[in-house]
Amino acid sequence: MTPPQNEPAAQVGGGVISAPADSAEEYDPGIAAASPPASRPGSPALAPWEERFTSYDVEAFEVPRGREEQWRFTPLRRLHGLHDGSATADGEVEFTVRSGFGDSASDDLGGVRVEHAERGDARLGDGGVPADRVAAQAWSSFTTATVVTVAQARSDDEPLTVQVEGPGVGKTAFAHLQIRLERHAEAVVVVDHRGSGTVAANTELVVADGAKLEIVEVHDWADDAVFVGAQHLSVGRDATIRYTSVTLGGDLVRLSPVVNYRATGGDVQLDGLYFADGGQHLEHRLLVDHSVPSCRSNVMYKGALQGADGDTAAHTVWIGDVLIRKEAEATETFELNRNLLLTDNARADSVPNLEIETGEIVSAGHASATGRFDDEQLFYLMARGIPEEQARRLVVRGFFGEVIHKIRVPALRDRLEAAIEAELEVVGA
Amino acid sequence: MSTLEIRDLHVEVETESGPKEILRGVDLTVSSNETHAIMGPNGSGKSTLAYSIAGHPKYTVTQGEVLLDGENVLEMAVDERARAGLFLAMQYPVEVPGVSMSNFLRSAATAVRGEAPKVRHWVKEVKSAMTDLEIDPTFAERSVNEGFSGGEKKRHEVLQLSLLKPKFAVLDETDSGLDVDALRIVSKGVNDYKAQSDVGVLLITHYTRILRYISPDRVHVFVNGRVAESGGPELADELEANGYERFTSAKEEQPA
Repeated sequence: MTPPQNEPAAQVGGGVISAPADSAEEYDPGIAAASPPASRPGSPALAPWEERFTSYDVEAFEVPRGREEQWRFTPLRRLHGLHDGSATADGEVEFTVRSGFGDSASDDLGGVRVEHAERGDARLGDGGVPADRVAAQAWSSFTTATVVTVAQARSDDEPLTVQVEGPGVGKTAFAHLQIRLERHAEAVVVVDHRGSGTVAANTELVVADGAKLEIVEVHDWADDAVFVGAQHLSVGRDATIRYTSVTLGGDLVRLSPVVNYRATGGDVQLDGLYFADGGQHLEHRLLVDHSVPSCRSNVMYKGALQGADGDTAAHTVWIGDVLIRKEAEATETFELNRNLLLTDNARADSVPNLEIETGEIVSAGHASATGRFDDEQLFYLMARGIPEEQARRLVVRGFFGEVIHKIRVPALRDRLEAAIEAELEVVGA
Repeated sequence: MSTLEIRDLHVEVETESGPKEILRGVDLTVSSNETHAIMGPNGSGKSTLAYSIAGHPKYTVTQGEVLLDGENVLEMAVDERARAGLFLAMQYPVEVPGVSMSNFLRSAATAVRGEAPKVRHWVKEVKSAMTDLEIDPTFAERSVNEGFSGGEKKRHEVLQLSLLKPKFAVLDETDSGLDVDALRIVSKGVNDYKAQSDVGVLLITHYTRILRYISPDRVHVFVNGRVAESGGPELADELEANGYERFTSAKEEQPA
């Protein structure tokens, strides 16, 4: 039985705001902090929906030193030079697209187009523009982009799998993937990352009017892998994206999804599940940019951390930026982050930021809580005869269940549940 | 025939101003087929007694023992006590998000019975127990206690009682927050289990109301962390008429 001093030393924050925020400081402007001198060549490409600094050109960004808002949580020396120009590509990321998932996958893609696009292809950038130096480095350095286009509504029973294989131990690669759904197309997609090496990547999810994309991004990297990725979500009129990221493996994984609404009626769900062991740094930085009226967003990220005694701490970072611009009336948004500390040697940073520039919204709220294992839940289950180890598993499985149950690919759900069980075996929790 | 014997039990909790003794020498023996009511004012330590028997980590036993057929349960982990045949129906059942009631019940039954119940029998058994307690079958797929009303939680506590079949059941204020209909259903559930088993019941309550439905063999008045007086069912009638005043004022006359 856990000793009684194991009180939930939790940090809890949250609230629902239905009127304009009175302080602009509450919004973390890390997204604007990278402004370079205006005289710099390769001046920023400012899309109408973005006034934060963005550019395709790596040289337009200062080399981060670690104090910048965007980088202050990231251990830069573990990036193997992705951030300062010293990393050079000596390997390739391999993309394989198949129909189905797991054992039942086949090469018959049934109308889905997979192309290799050169830099300069007009479609590239439809999803969004890099907003940090590593994303720009990836954009400036990839050799060929993979573009997957879905033109029709595919059955839920036939997910597409994009297998992403790292360049291998000691190798570095830059990658670019774009998944396009044309008008009223529908698809369930699993992007399954595995392997070793150091990778910087941009992933564009371009979802046209009325289309519906359900995508699960799995990061099941080997222990040595470093992956820094920017996900650019472009949401057309009345389009829907259900995005789930699952981050389990890798030495350092940093994901920065940005939601760009292009017209009214967009509906986005961002879910996340991460499980950090000792020494792992798993970082998720989200920006949901409500720049047009009548769009919805709902964010739910759940993380568990377990650093073994004497090991380096497990570290996770979650930054949830939600911006509701003046013109984004009738916005509906909520974001939640919960972290479960399974051992002492773990650190979870959680920073929800909500900036609201108009009061004419439906609702906006955020919540964040980080706590130790709930001893009351454990007691309740054990008081019914369930042994402690099994009780802990039930609770952790329940904690992640909310995320996993929404995944529409049964074989993937099974794999993730097994992966979580295996994580728990590590410390015998 | 089993016996649950509480001997000179002292229990303290950690407070901001240091440890505080709540139970100050409880002596009580319950045998199979007996129902003992423990009645007392708020703050007298009734719930502490219940949680201490079950092994809640918040409470520290400083002296005494709790023997189940001669075995000291205080040396057992929480789950071992449950498997040994103790059951605590909680006043505030805990919500466990993401764990379905059916999964929870089956895990508990498997642990307590020592083997997984056969699926077909189990489904029938749960269904019939739920029907008896007028619980809608859809609850089976809901998360444990999550979003349940007070009455729904208490019904599910009694559901667990009837499925886990303990030798001794401690019912901690199972009547609190129940309307008349819910109280009737819950009491019937307890009585049904009493009728089909040899269970010994420790019924902890503030009010005499539930004793109209579940009749006690013995009544103990619990004041200031110990049993102040014991008697037959007539003691409950006296409490109904006069309240706890006689016992609490007697306490105040004693030097602290």
